[in-house]
Amino acid sequence: MATANDISWEDGSPTGRPPQSPVQLAWQRFRRHKMAMVGVGLLLSIMLYVTVGALVFTEDYSNRNDLSITLQPPTAAHPFGTDGTGRDIMARTIYGGQISIIIGFLAVLVSVCVGTSVGAIAGYYGGIVDSILMRMTEAMFNTPQLFLLIILGKMLSGKIPTFQFLGRSFSGSVIVIIGVIGLTSWMYLARIVRANYLALKEREYITAAQCLGTPNWRIISRHILPNTIAPIVVSATLGVASAILSEAYISFLGLGVQAPTATWGNMLDQAYHHLDTEPWMWFFPGMLILLTVLAINFLGDGLRDALDPRTQR
Amino acid sequence: MTRYIIRRLLQAIPLLLFISIMIFVLANAMGDPLASFGGRRRIRSSDRERLTRQLGLDKPITVQYVVWLIGNDWMDIDLDGDGVAEVKGSRKGVLRGDWGKSFMEKRPVSKLIAERLPNTLLLMLVSEIVIIIFSLIIGIYSALKQYTVTDHAITGLSFIGYSMPIFWIALMLMYLLAVKFKQWGLPYFPTVGKYDLSVGPTIEQVAWHMVLPVASISIISIAAYTRYIRSSMLEVINEDYIRTARAKGLTERTILFRHALKNASLPLITLIGLDLPLLLSGAVLTESIFAWPGMGRLFWNAAQDTDIPVLMGVLMLISVAVVVFQIITDIVYTFLDPRIHYD
Repeated sequence: MATANDISWEDGSPTGRPPQSPVQLAWQRFRRHKMAMVGVGLLLSIMLYVTVGALVFTEDYSNRNDLSITLQPPTAAHPFGTDGTGRDIMARTIYGGQISIIIGFLAVLVSVCVGTSVGAIAGYYGGIVDSILMRMTEAMFNTPQLFLLIILGKMLSGKIPTFQFLGRSFSGSVIVIIGVIGLTSWMYLARIVRANYLALKEREYITAAQCLGTPNWRIISRHILPNTIAPIVVSATLGVASAILSEAYISFLGLGVQAPTATWGNMLDQAYHHLDTEPWMWFFPGMLILLTVLAINFLGDGLRDALDPRTQR
Repeated sequence: MTRYIIRRLLQAIPLLLFISIMIFVLANAMGDPLASFGGRRRIRSSDRERLTRQLGLDKPITVQYVVWLIGNDWMDIDLDGDGVAEVKGSRKGVLRGDWGKSFMEKRPVSKLIAERLPNTLLLMLVSEIVIIIFSLIIGIYSALKQYTVTDHAITGLSFIGYSMPIFWIALMLMYLLAVKFKQWGLPYFPTVGKYDLSVGPTIEQVAWHMVLPVASISIISIAAYTRYIRSSMLEVINEDYIRTARAKGLTERTILFRHALKNASLPLITLIGLDLPLLLSGAVLTESIFAWPGMGRLFWNAAQDTDIPVLMGVLMLISVAVVVFQIITDIVYTFLDPRIHYD
């Protein structure tokens, strides 16, 4: 029976195996990247923590006030201690973690959609469209993100009521924060995507597609986009890390997700007042933010090396 | 070169106008500037009407923007609300150096900023110097010892460093160096303010109070810069001209600092040029944690009160700084790398 090994390949690969696809090559490089593997492991453990933990504690438990046990240091019953209204901090880091991670991913989804569309349209059409879109990008780029976050966060806070989703109730501010973070972080990606579109649209295969009468939107989405996916994936991955940090920053300033929904960020909101006497209140949520962001940064670094071996850091 | 600088400056004008419009619209949509006027009391509706007129908030937003930009001393305004415009406006507008008056403090924005800016600049420049010194030492060391245990440890630590939320670093430092040191009877660092009110603003006091904020600001950037310096040093060290320098018999020190570092510093210059104005914004968090009387806190208080003139002042100052630093960065580039020409 003829197997793949029996076929002689024209490129004379010494192993006699079929040549590997770019995805397989990238996967190999990724697996050899030690830090990326540590990142994957760390991220999986955090995911397990926030999902399996949710099976142990109910959400009601994480939001239940018990005024007889306020501000207790870590004990066997409450491994991470309790907060100012007697809520179990471990249970809150579990449910808060789910929200923080969801915010991270959805905010990046918003930012990737906006960034890719702006970059693609500007790069592909060029001319006046390009000028207007890029001036807009530059204007937002030149205003520090934290300031935009504060302004937009204050502008939209309280505008969306609490809503039910999958049988749980979420504060409307979750939606606001996702939108605000997404809309203030797309500029860098838009620039990269635009540069790629500028270069790729001059290639022969695009001219060929245009001659065949392929509509522009199809060229943008089906012919050029797949060839610029690597930087988008890398920047999206690293974007999740900075979105989680952004959530923590504006929650720390009190403009983030509002009660009853917990996030790692808003658990740190009042940390300042508990600095010296109740360090467990801010230590654990902060540590989880650090570990998650670290894991995603490791992962993103590995992805960059794997997907884009030409770029040197 | 002069022509290039002039062109860049001219290009900056529409950009800054665009930014100012964007921020003006957003700041006006933030909320009701009069909401916190009466303190805890609600203000009477007749007062509200009068204040709205006096602050010019009754005008459409386009008019408000024009007044902010070029002033209103060329038009008559209606102060008493009888529908007849009788008084000449007194504002000169930003383009003529009048930043308006703070809604809350009733003082000129330029005065408020001038009071706070030196404090922020002090914090920023000291941090930047600390960042550059430490990251150069650690980055070069790490590059020279590539793939040793120390190098791996430095890389790992720098990843941890820039994955940390800045306020969390601040909290940890405060807990360890202030709270715990105090408990252990060691000399401990102060956590709030610029100086002890009982001692006054002496140099030692200010320096002592700056330690924790500077450390918090620096750690993240040192971590990020170290990685850049390491990789650009590694790139340069394998170049032919370094081998040539070695072959000429130059000392390692000369090779390292005169030949390698000068070329490896290019990416660092970009980083510093882009980061310096951004440190102003990082200051929002550090300044509010350490109660440092700087621009970041000014902005944060103004944001809470929707004090539009102050918000506009701080944000435009930062935007101008960002644009100017970008231009300076590009110019410094030509001095460090004669291969680059702008024409």
